[in-house]
Amino acid sequence: MDDLGFILGSYVVTFGSILLYVVSVVRRSRRAGRDIPHEQRPWT
Amino acid sequence: MTATRDRNVTGTPFTRGLGVVTLAGIALLVVLGLFVSPADVTQGESVRIMYAHVPGAWLAYLAFVVTGISSAAYLWKRTRSLTWDRIAGASAEVGVLFMGISLVTGSLWGRITWGTFWTWDARLTTTAFLFVTYVGYLAVRGLGGSHHQRARRSAVLALLAVLEIPLVHFSVRLWNTLHQEASVAGRGTDVTMDGLMLFSLFLGVFVFTLMYVWLVLHRQRALALQDMLDDTGLDAALAARRAEAVA
Repeated sequence: MDDLGFILGSYVVTFGSILLYVVSVVRRSRRAGRDIPHEQRPWT
Repeated sequence: MTATRDRNVTGTPFTRGLGVVTLAGIALLVVLGLFVSPADVTQGESVRIMYAHVPGAWLAYLAFVVTGISSAAYLWKRTRSLTWDRIAGASAEVGVLFMGISLVTGSLWGRITWGTFWTWDARLTTTAFLFVTYVGYLAVRGLGGSHHQRARRSAVLALLAVLEIPLVHFSVRLWNTLHQEASVAGRGTDVTMDGLMLFSLFLGVFVFTLMYVWLVLHRQRALALQDMLDDTGLDAALAARRAEAVA
């Protein structure tokens, strides 16, 4: 398969960047949530 | 104030279930896209990039339309709420991510089929312009001011930015471009795609949509927490000033 690098690269870019974004979202929410009590979170 | 050390700050049973289903869908999509679905008659193996590229582009459109609708809901007095503003912000952020993915995967696909990573083609140029517009939108959200000032100015910008989407979508009809027209849902398209290819493509769109919902739910909750923290900080600063004045 001549284009294997490009094909695999597209999957790595797609799911790698989504994973990085998920990690950043989780980290930011944990940082922000440290000082907010449970009862003040409307979704809990 | 009680400090909470829980790890699952923005999660609920619904988002946890959604996350599990999304992960399973991603695994199935990768297997189908890379190994099971057949190669294309004309494009060969490179068609496998389609299962990441097309859902990415779809998601970016969806995200920007949701940003526009949420912004309109914020600006309309009857429905004015900062929740709409946070949904708009979260959706735009996810949309920028997926638009970036779509640009990069499209560039890799273009290198195989057109022989170049980039050309100033109408679809590519308008897509890049849309991407830059929403990066600007996110920058505007980061400017100072109260939550409502942020919400108002970014809502106006979002309503202007969403007008670019039809231009991007119809650019392949309005101008002669290298980029092909829509293969599945285009004008007068006769879908001759293999059943498994079509299934993989729709699975990709479905899974990416689930992922979008998961991401936006978590991100807008994180933005809500940030707003609460900002308010707490402001209240504390005001109390300190009052105490100083009394002393």
